[in-house]
Amino acid sequence: MPNCKTAVPYRGTPEQEERLRHVIEAHKGQPGATMPVLQAAQEIFGYLPEEVQIMVAEGLDIPLSEIYGVASFYSFFSLNPKGKYQISVCLGTACYVKGAADVLAAVEKKLNIAPGGITNDGLFSLDACRCIGACGLAPVMMINDDVYGRLTAAQVGPILDEYIKKG
Amino acid sequence: MSHIRSHIMVCTGTGCTSSESPKLITEFEQALKTAGMDQEVRVVKTGCFGLCAMGPIVMVFPEGACYTRVTVDDVHEIVSEHIVKGRIVKRLLHMEGEEGQSVTSLADTQFYKHQLRIALRNCGVINPESIDEYIGVDGYTALERILTEKTPPQEIIDALKQSGLRGRGGAGFPTGTKWQFTYDAKSDDGVKYVCCNADEGDPGAFMDRSVLEGDPFSVIEAMTIAGYAVGSHQGYIYIRAEYPIAVKRLELAIAQAEEYGLLGDDILGSGFSFRLELRLGAGAFVCGEETALITSIEGHRGEPRPRPPFPAVKGLFGKPTLLNNVETYANITWILNNGWEKFAAIGTEKSKGTKVFALGGKITNTGLVEVPMGTTLRTIIEDIGGGIPNGKKFKAAQTGGPSGGCIPAELIDTPIDYDSLTAIGSMMGSGGLIVMDEDNCMVDIAKFFLEFCVDESCGKCVPCRIGTKRLYDLLCKITDGKGTLEDLDTIEELCHHLKDSALCALGQSAPNPVLSTLQYFRDEYIAHVVDKRCPAGVCRNLTRYIIDPGKCKGCTLCARNCPVDAISGAVKAPHVIDQNKCIHCGLCLNNCRFDAISKS
Repeated sequence: MPNCKTAVPYRGTPEQEERLRHVIEAHKGQPGATMPVLQAAQEIFGYLPEEVQIMVAEGLDIPLSEIYGVASFYSFFSLNPKGKYQISVCLGTACYVKGAADVLAAVEKKLNIAPGGITNDGLFSLDACRCIGACGLAPVMMINDDVYGRLTAAQVGPILDEYIKKG
Repeated sequence: MSHIRSHIMVCTGTGCTSSESPKLITEFEQALKTAGMDQEVRVVKTGCFGLCAMGPIVMVFPEGACYTRVTVDDVHEIVSEHIVKGRIVKRLLHMEGEEGQSVTSLADTQFYKHQLRIALRNCGVINPESIDEYIGVDGYTALERILTEKTPPQEIIDALKQSGLRGRGGAGFPTGTKWQFTYDAKSDDGVKYVCCNADEGDPGAFMDRSVLEGDPFSVIEAMTIAGYAVGSHQGYIYIRAEYPIAVKRLELAIAQAEEYGLLGDDILGSGFSFRLELRLGAGAFVCGEETALITSIEGHRGEPRPRPPFPAVKGLFGKPTLLNNVETYANITWILNNGWEKFAAIGTEKSKGTKVFALGGKITNTGLVEVPMGTTLRTIIEDIGGGIPNGKKFKAAQTGGPSGGCIPAELIDTPIDYDSLTAIGSMMGSGGLIVMDEDNCMVDIAKFFLEFCVDESCGKCVPCRIGTKRLYDLLCKITDGKGTLEDLDTIEELCHHLKDSALCALGQSAPNPVLSTLQYFRDEYIAHVVDKRCPAGVCRNLTRYIIDPGKCKGCTLCARNCPVDAISGAVKAPHVIDQNKCIHCGLCLNNCRFDAISKS
């Protein structure tokens, strides 16, 4: 399960926590504040560990159960940390009919992780995503902001090797 | 103002941005500066031209030359040949047809000839980051006329009703009637909301994103008019966070409109005020359903609730709420500026106007197309789409995403409108149109969509939460080669239960891909169940890998790569695969250098 509690310890800095407090202050009392605050929190910390959820719940005066409910409902929110290189393989229909499943399998095999997972060295995390909208380039994979299009499974290894080399 | 003699338009939609169009812009600006022409030639970033498969696309005006798959290296040639010497670079022009004829202007291509652009009228024409350019193409004339003439709201609503415009998000509810309901609804404190559904979740659909990236002001103007018509002063656009370019352009557009006094307090001195806010979705398909979207804006899990009460009566924060889709809004100012008669003259009896489709999958011209309602699937696939690549045969088209169905090749002459599509077991949906060829397995496609629905089911109602999972399990059983004929009956029965009892459209329509493939491709299901064979060679457990002894050179590469040691044979002698050991991973096929291994 990709969204189970992670064993990675929380490493939030006081600066990050301060930034979150500012966001909470700005949104407090507004109707529908939960989502924008959680989105900002994820931007600050990179993911939403329990510690951050507690800060949001206390700050907005909303039960933690509700915050957790929202955080675990939407696929955009991650309860686990992400790798230095975040890989998303598009599994939208256009990519799927052009062989995206093989591309995903090649990444999984190469890095030995499943979608939602992160490699032990924290270098790569893998997600299967739904349509990034570059259907003209199908099948598509993104590594952070770089887009790789018209992919075949055979191209995956050499692309990942480049990132491994960079470290 | 300096005289601009030439415009270089570079597409900066998501498709072309992914193939590095922003780099082209910098490169063009640099090259023009070097040539000393940066004062007379302007580089403009535009929205999507539609021909995404050929991106990045660059158009040079006044000639209208359309260059495709332009690379950074080509930039200098375009500048030195076309801009400096006035000679069109034929090598980079869009090629069309088997003879590979080059077409100078996009308007002359088969791709554009059958299209009629209303919702996309400004996409690729204006710079979406400039309100002046929008105003230059008659933007804000509708709002200005309405506010200065104080047009009675009922008159606007009547015009929409008479135009015959129906919701472009999927269900096709008459837009004018929706506005009427919200207009008529009483709010205790007078508060009403206008919302825009930009949570385009269908995998493989990108119509709304292209409208927002290419022409954000048309949506903002239409929402402001909607606010005036139904009596609302606050609007929300709920947009996917996965669309960063669209979000950025909307933020810019809202800021510019506010600066020009076209949004905010006392618009154009009329006394009418309307504010607009963005709310970012967080990747939940179900939030495309209107009640779920409203729940999500309120800050909760995006779970739908039963209707009635409809949002027009009790919507966002319990107030009457008008909720339309992006493409619907994009049609509105066109109707108000050109008259409902003109709009109603386009299309079929019950489906008026045009529809934008995101054409994807196994088709030559992947991209965005807008055609009059009633255009046949054949025209879209063969003429506009340029047919199926690699000489393959057209097998089916899938419309409506996970809620729609598969249309088989024998129904290719079906006119595309709301009612014809529903009649053949599919639906219009938001406009994703995925083309499949003979290499696609229809059972696998049905399973793909079901898996999507299992993932995206919000879990609130039992029929959807458990029903979609059970259906998925049954389909897995079939693709694993363990299905029985009784399973097919169970699947059909379960589909009908799900359709009748699920809470919202996600669950009610989840069976559509299964039912339509069962209806039109039953023989493929039978092949999986009875013959234990996948005719398209997609389903792994039903695929046999065979070595052709005539072609095998005995190089041992396959045997060395096989993870389960299923391949045996002496060096330089033909190898054999032990079918009992084989796990169908396909490694041998990928590794063979002599084309000796095949799937069956």
